Amino acid sequence: MTAGTAPLVPRRRFLPVWFRDVLARPSGAIGLAIIVIHLAIALLAPLIVPYDSAAQDSKAMFADPSWQHWLGGDHLGRDVLTRTLMGGREAILVSTMATAVAVLWGGLFGIFLAFAGRFVDEAAMRMVDAMLAIPWILFVMLFVAGLGTGIGVLIPILGISYGLSIVRVVRAAALDVVTRDFIQAARARGERRSVVIVHEMLPNVLDTLAVQAAMTWSWMLLGFSSLSFLGFGATPPTPDWGLMIADARSAMMVSPWPALAPMVALSSLIIGINLLSDGLAKALGVDRMTKSAV
Amino acid sequence: MVRLVIQRILSSIVTLALLTVFVFFAVELLPGDTCTAYLGRDAKGDRLETCRENMGLNRPAVERFADWASGAVVGDFGVSPYRNKPVSEIVGWRMRNTVVLALSASLFGIPLAILFGIIAGIRRDKPVDMALSSISILAMTVPEFVSATLLILIFSISLGWTSGVVTAPADAPILVLLGSTILPTVALALVFAAHILRMVRSSVIDIMESEYVAMARLKGLPFYWILWRHVLPNSLLPAINVIGLTVAWLLGGVVVVESVFNFPGLGRLSVDAVADRDLPLTQCIVLILATGYIGTNLLTDLASLVLNPRLRTFRG
Amino acid sequence: MESRPDVIAADDLQIGFVTRAGEQAAIVDRVSLALRHGVSLGLAGESGCGKSTLLLALMGHAKTGLSVTHGACRFEGRSLFEMPQEELAGLRGTRIAMVPQNAGQALTPTLRIGSQIDEVLRFHTSLTPVERRERVLDLIARVQLPAPAELARRFPHELSGGQQQRIAVAMAVAVDPVLLLLDEPTTGLDVTTQLHILELLRELADQSGTAMVCVSHDIGVIARLCDEVAVMYAGRIVETGSADDVLSRPKHPYARGLLASIPRLKTGAVPEPIAGRPPMMGSMPQGCRFALRCDHARDLCWAEMPPLRDVAGGAVACHFAEELGPWQRPHDIAATALAAAGHQPVLRVDDIAISYDRPGLLDRFGLGAAKASRAVDGVSFTLEHGEVLGLVGESGSGKSTILRGIAGLWPLAQGAITLADGSNLGGSVDERPRDVLRRVQLVFQNPDASLNPRRTVREILARPLAIYHGLTGEAAAPRMAALMAEVRLGEEYLDRLPSQLSGGEKQRVAIARAFAAEPEIILCDEVTSALDVSVQASILNLLADLCASRGVACILVSHDLAVVRAVARRIAVLYRGRLCEIGPAEQVALAPRHPYTRALVGAVLEPEPGQVIDSDGGLIIDHGDEAGGCSFRGRCPRAIDLCAASVPDLLPVDGAHAVRCHRVAAGTV
Repeated sequence: MTAGTAPLVPRRRFLPVWFRDVLARPSGAIGLAIIVIHLAIALLAPLIVPYDSAAQDSKAMFADPSWQHWLGGDHLGRDVLTRTLMGGREAILVSTMATAVAVLWGGLFGIFLAFAGRFVDEAAMRMVDAMLAIPWILFVMLFVAGLGTGIGVLIPILGISYGLSIVRVVRAAALDVVTRDFIQAARARGERRSVVIVHEMLPNVLDTLAVQAAMTWSWMLLGFSSLSFLGFGATPPTPDWGLMIADARSAMMVSPWPALAPMVALSSLIIGINLLSDGLAKALGVDRMTKSAV
Repeated sequence: MVRLVIQRILSSIVTLALLTVFVFFAVELLPGDTCTAYLGRDAKGDRLETCRENMGLNRPAVERFADWASGAVVGDFGVSPYRNKPVSEIVGWRMRNTVVLALSASLFGIPLAILFGIIAGIRRDKPVDMALSSISILAMTVPEFVSATLLILIFSISLGWTSGVVTAPADAPILVLLGSTILPTVALALVFAAHILRMVRSSVIDIMESEYVAMARLKGLPFYWILWRHVLPNSLLPAINVIGLTVAWLLGGVVVVESVFNFPGLGRLSVDAVADRDLPLTQCIVLILATGYIGTNLLTDLASLVLNPRLRTFRG
Repeated sequence: MESRPDVIAADDLQIGFVTRAGEQAAIVDRVSLALRHGVSLGLAGESGCGKSTLLLALMGHAKTGLSVTHGACRFEGRSLFEMPQEELAGLRGTRIAMVPQNAGQALTPTLRIGSQIDEVLRFHTSLTPVERRERVLDLIARVQLPAPAELARRFPHELSGGQQQRIAVAMAVAVDPVLLLLDEPTTGLDVTTQLHILELLRELADQSGTAMVCVSHDIGVIARLCDEVAVMYAGRIVETGSADDVLSRPKHPYARGLLASIPRLKTGAVPEPIAGRPPMMGSMPQGCRFALRCDHARDLCWAEMPPLRDVAGGAVACHFAEELGPWQRPHDIAATALAAAGHQPVLRVDDIAISYDRPGLLDRFGLGAAKASRAVDGVSFTLEHGEVLGLVGESGSGKSTILRGIAGLWPLAQGAITLADGSNLGGSVDERPRDVLRRVQLVFQNPDASLNPRRTVREILARPLAIYHGLTGEAAAPRMAALMAEVRLGEEYLDRLPSQLSGGEKQRVAIARAFAAEPEIILCDEVTSALDVSVQASILNLLADLCASRGVACILVSHDLAVVRAVARRIAVLYRGRLCEIGPAEQVALAPRHPYTRALVGAVLEPEPGQVIDSDGGLIIDHGDEAGGCSFRGRCPRAIDLCAASVPDLLPVDGAHAVRCHRVAAGTV
């Protein structure tokens, strides 16, 4: 039951409001700040680093932090600070592009399925479920085994595999919207299906999609780093956090710095993205505890 | 009810079948095949032809699929070109080890996660909850290889309590194996337990705010009774389902964690297989782990079906 | 009256919260009331007036985020909010009990019914388990539910809404409380079930001398159940007194407005709305909160908050109550504007049937129902130019389905629907030409769901203007302005999103959207069910005016006979997909012939105390699918053998009045 209790606030449109709301929350603001800092570093790294990331100096092998090497040196005498600052570039590039692929194909397919006939929907979802049964890392590794590694392989494969769970979530959100009366009203007006999808449904699904995009981005980063760690992501001598941690692991007893620095860098970025997606979810009123498989 | 159970089992079988088709044909559709992958740069001319003959790659795809699938059912996955041994032999012990690891991580992680999730839910927003929630968020966001490496750094290198690398061979007896699996178990359990904790916490909070719990309070019932009879049964039910879903993380985490600790299991093997571009072996491991996931989900779904109050009637 | 301390008393009670800006906002604002033993009090008011919060406070409970900021609430002299938790828990369930609003949600899904009643006994009495079991069965029988032993073993989801509500009552009276609190006890129940629950409560209270406090937005329920009434507005009590005094001779302008806005079955007048909307939290005026909407407001009203003071026949919070003169009940505005002389019918519905079946793959197993159950079966009627036809029925009667069938959203299993010029409406929406679509427009029940939450009002209205009339941008602006004026919304609303509008305002936009198409026929599906009474009145007025001025015919669907009676020229009554009676509104409402209509009419609760209920619907036992024969015979007190054998035809009994009943046709009833 409603009476005249709606607040009279100035008109709000989708774009500016969510942005302001996100920033108003501590999680959103901090998250965004962290991300911006990381992005800035990644972009400007080649200009600000003291050394060349591949330059080896035998005197600096396993060196402790000093004025010449702020974070010490790794097992080949390379400057840890330099490599840490440069270490996010490839990871951020790959994860951003793969997220774009995932969101695009997952979002479109999910909305399409909400409108498709029952048979098509069931058949497609069965296939999606079967593919989701494979842990994502093995999914990617299967294709790497067949195609080899490299950005050209990883971006599409990561995009496809993470897109699968987006299909699930977007389809559920779209199905929820489809049953609501304003869609019926649009149908009753005789609007064409494509118009209904774009005009009426899409704006309502974008919220969910935005939150999924943020969460997917953080998983992508995590995924790419894990792959690099295992040797299937970035190739040496590219400075990459995952790769660095793998290299430094066996010599941690001698010097922990070559492992710690990239760990902190990677973790902070992932935490930043998670904070942002949390803030986004709260600002948009989307329920994050979706029961998706990944 | 029986009908629903049968439906659910059939559904899993269908998924399994589709999975098998996918694993096989995904590889088929890629440029190249087992031999070009394995031979790499040497993949040309006679060597290629001989390899293809040996692996039987000249037969039509559907025939090979039928062969492979029917073999898979009885545990025969063909031959690994790299190691020149039947795949099942290579996989044998490793599968047992991974099962041991996964089971110990589950037995360790699930009860603790549920317990702490309930505590966090009841004492929402109090210090206990803040601490538990922060820890689980950290566990969820920090990559497994990072947390595993950190564990080694702290417990193995700094404190020296246990060795950071598993030295037992693949066919070691279980007890020997278990002796050196403490750190891997904890590392594996971290992520998966964090998800369960969050889910249980969220579920408990939801139920505590439900109308029927409010009603129980208004009936003047004591808190411990409300918790035990009204809150817990209703909040743990959805958790059962989620436990099934988080097994996906467990199985994925196995790959990374085993690599970090050099544990002789399927995960470690899969990394080697992919590095060697050994497709038959990779396909086999993928199939086994995915089947594990489907099986676990089937069990948890059936459990929640049987326990769902809306499906029970006054007869039972 | 014995001179015992009051059962429950609120003493200048204020419950509220602190806003983000640091200000005090009160939901219950300095309320004082006192209730004696054995008396039942009704708290009447619309949404947001604070009545539910007050009710919970009478149990010592405040929702999360709210707290007592002033005053106290005393039960038998003891302050509830200052008691230690154990003492409070001890009181609850034993001496104070609550029957919640939505019983289905208030029962724990994983426990059997018997256990849930047993819990109360276990912790609040010292009975042995065997004695408790007997007591549980006894209680279930006391609330008139059959087969107590079997019912006790059921789970909540196995019970119907009415049964769940009875169990909630059983739990509440288990330990013979001194005070019973009822929160909207009949929401969601069918009219006939509602009556039975109220009878039960009345009986139980009389037997045990229990005091009751009942919160309801339905004044009819309060009139039936309560001895005394308190009317609340914006967190304050504005009038109290005996039920008779307050409901027949209201003194406060708001109480008068509220009672005037309720549609009444007997008189059939179009209800009068109250202009404006209640003040919002955080912008409460200094003086009387109703002053903004009051016709009699003067300077003193704006400056000073009127106290609740005793007058002859109760208490009133108005400075000038004595000067207002006696209250005129809304008189009978015979629906002249709507009684258009017989024109040519604009819509002809011919023997249509609609079914819900969707054969799935698994239906290949058990052949089961060869004839899928039909939501609508053999319905025929015509709609005349400019008339409002009311379609009434309980949930599941098929009334909404008929509208969707006419609109083309559900396919017809048989029959035909045609417009005046012969255009066939039988196909689905996709098959109809645009012009045909334009002529029939649908307005939905829930404006939250029928307006796209992401589109502004302007964009929502632009669609039909563009599709049906080809008007866009500048060309559409004058039409849009005219529409907004017609639904009495200012132009500033055009740039708002639905979330910024109240329920009534949203519904107006939905109506404007429908009229933007310039239709011939409007289909209204429970358009007022989700609204407060006074807002409902304004929407009904709006609809009646628009239809009359534009000559548009309307089919108004509702479960509420009084609502339909207020604006309809003819009323059709549906039961389980079949028309059982159709005729002029006055005749159907005042002199119904079909046994079902008679039960419905008899169960309507007017907001008048001391109503004599003339319902012969009996105890409602629902039979499953009866093949063949009249579908009402399971509940009909007048059924004979013939009723089981064949379905009666809809036959005229008196001019335009037709009834589907064997015995009515034969003149034996």
